Amino acid sequence: MSIKINHLTHVYNPDTIFEKIALHDINIEIEKGEFVGLIGHTGSGKSTLIQHLNGTISPTAGEIILDGENIHKDKAKLKEVRQRIGLAFQYPEHQLFEMTVYKDVAFGPTNMKLSAEEIDKRVKEALQMVGLSESVYEKSPFELSGGQKRRVAIAGVLAMNPEVLILDEPTAGLDPKGRDEILYAIQQLHKERGITIILVSHSMEDVAKLVDRLIVMEKGKVAMMGTPKEVFAHVKELEKIGLAAPQISYVLTALREKGYILPEDIYTVGEAVKALYTLLKGEAKYDS
Amino acid sequence: MIRDITIGQYYPINSPIHHMDARVKLMITFLFILTLFFVNTFTGYIFVVLCMAAVIKTSKVPLKFMLKGIKGLLIIILFTAFINVFMTRGEHILFEWGIFTVTIEGILMAIKMCVRIILLVIGSSILTLTTTPIQLTDGIEYLLKPFKKIGVPAHEIAMMMTIALRFIPTLLDETDKIMKAQQARGADFDSGNLLQRAKSLIPILVPLFISAFRRADELAMAMEARCYHGDENRTRMNVMVLKSSDYKAVILLAVYCIALISLRFAATQLPFLW
Repeated sequence: MSIKINHLTHVYNPDTIFEKIALHDINIEIEKGEFVGLIGHTGSGKSTLIQHLNGTISPTAGEIILDGENIHKDKAKLKEVRQRIGLAFQYPEHQLFEMTVYKDVAFGPTNMKLSAEEIDKRVKEALQMVGLSESVYEKSPFELSGGQKRRVAIAGVLAMNPEVLILDEPTAGLDPKGRDEILYAIQQLHKERGITIILVSHSMEDVAKLVDRLIVMEKGKVAMMGTPKEVFAHVKELEKIGLAAPQISYVLTALREKGYILPEDIYTVGEAVKALYTLLKGEAKYDS
Repeated sequence: MIRDITIGQYYPINSPIHHMDARVKLMITFLFILTLFFVNTFTGYIFVVLCMAAVIKTSKVPLKFMLKGIKGLLIIILFTAFINVFMTRGEHILFEWGIFTVTIEGILMAIKMCVRIILLVIGSSILTLTTTPIQLTDGIEYLLKPFKKIGVPAHEIAMMMTIALRFIPTLLDETDKIMKAQQARGADFDSGNLLQRAKSLIPILVPLFISAFRRADELAMAMEARCYHGDENRTRMNVMVLKSSDYKAVILLAVYCIALISLRFAATQLPFLW
């Protein structure tokens, strides 16, 4: 299953004083099983773009092709599209409404009119995938912690068994522990289930660590596309559009300026630790 | 789409109407609505429509925006027309069917009533489209001041209105977002019978109420943190001053009222004016 975005343009409030071109001629292709990161400054059109992917907003011009078929061709099939492409909005915990965690996660599968056993299976699977234990099943979602709430909400999307999962800043406003839990769950989903994941994020550290490919948006257009290494090599351009490289790469640049010999293309803390370790070991040898 | 709702929406553009004092605009709108109930002939309505067209033209707000308000009230307008057509008794019967009797008087009455509602809605839309909510509530507060003596909490009412107006777009956005989020989970809002549809609103209403309460809580906290304590000794950043254009508007309103009164008087003398 591949998603192809062809010449997608979206204009809010056309022909009025409030007119705003949110997306301008976007062309992107996303393959099955890919882990794609979407970054861009606030208002660059990221959220508008991902809402097009599951058909919650329709394009002003252009098309979204899912497995060779335009998703807006048959309005009756939109519901199926929404099931196949799961979308978790920013602050997804704001959509929780049921009396218990279990019932809330079951909302999606129930809407799909699945059998009771199937619903039960999916709810339990989904909650397990996001790392929530059985002890929370019968709790009210509103008595959970922020990170737990968010995981319940993401489980609500996962329970529909989507082939593609889109997450709009899933870690916004969470403490470091909550953030790590969510990111770990997402990583597991991608590794174990092979779900295609599109991650919208403001954290360069997170995308550098997780994604295969990065799409950089600016003012409704795709500014850059490539592996994190390729994209982060253009630090100057990124800074110009209000983004940056991961912090660790600035640390390494500063070290290089001091005369330490370190490789250029390091963008995660893990890699940096390794590189510094080899450097220090080498120097130790040199000293003795 | 839910974003089409334009109640209380401001249309930012430079026009003489936008620059007028909110108090004057409020009074004029109030009087205008009163005069609508005074008009009873088609000639009168044509005159009102012409005057309104002139005002809309001066305000530079596209007609499309004015008419948006009517879309939401379509059901009420149709219902009014229906009631008037079938419930007005008259001499010139067009046809009878069971308990329903359609008369020429009824149809004319229905048209007048609908025109009246439409004018009323557009009239108030002009006010809200050309006045920022803040100016509007400041104006209301000022106009309510005399009633303070008899215990009307003018400042509190104005503050409540400011907050309410301020949150209309926010809550609409919120509703839009929640609807999309639930749709992404397969929710279906527009099929099924009445009961099913009502039930399908629960996943929207519960999160919406929760967010409204949360926002109210946060706002109250923020206001307290900035030492808000009501009306006492509160000064304003923008003091309202009447300008010459405001006086001109009042004069025009007077002319308009006189014209309407003369038209009504003329109609009693010259029946062809209806």
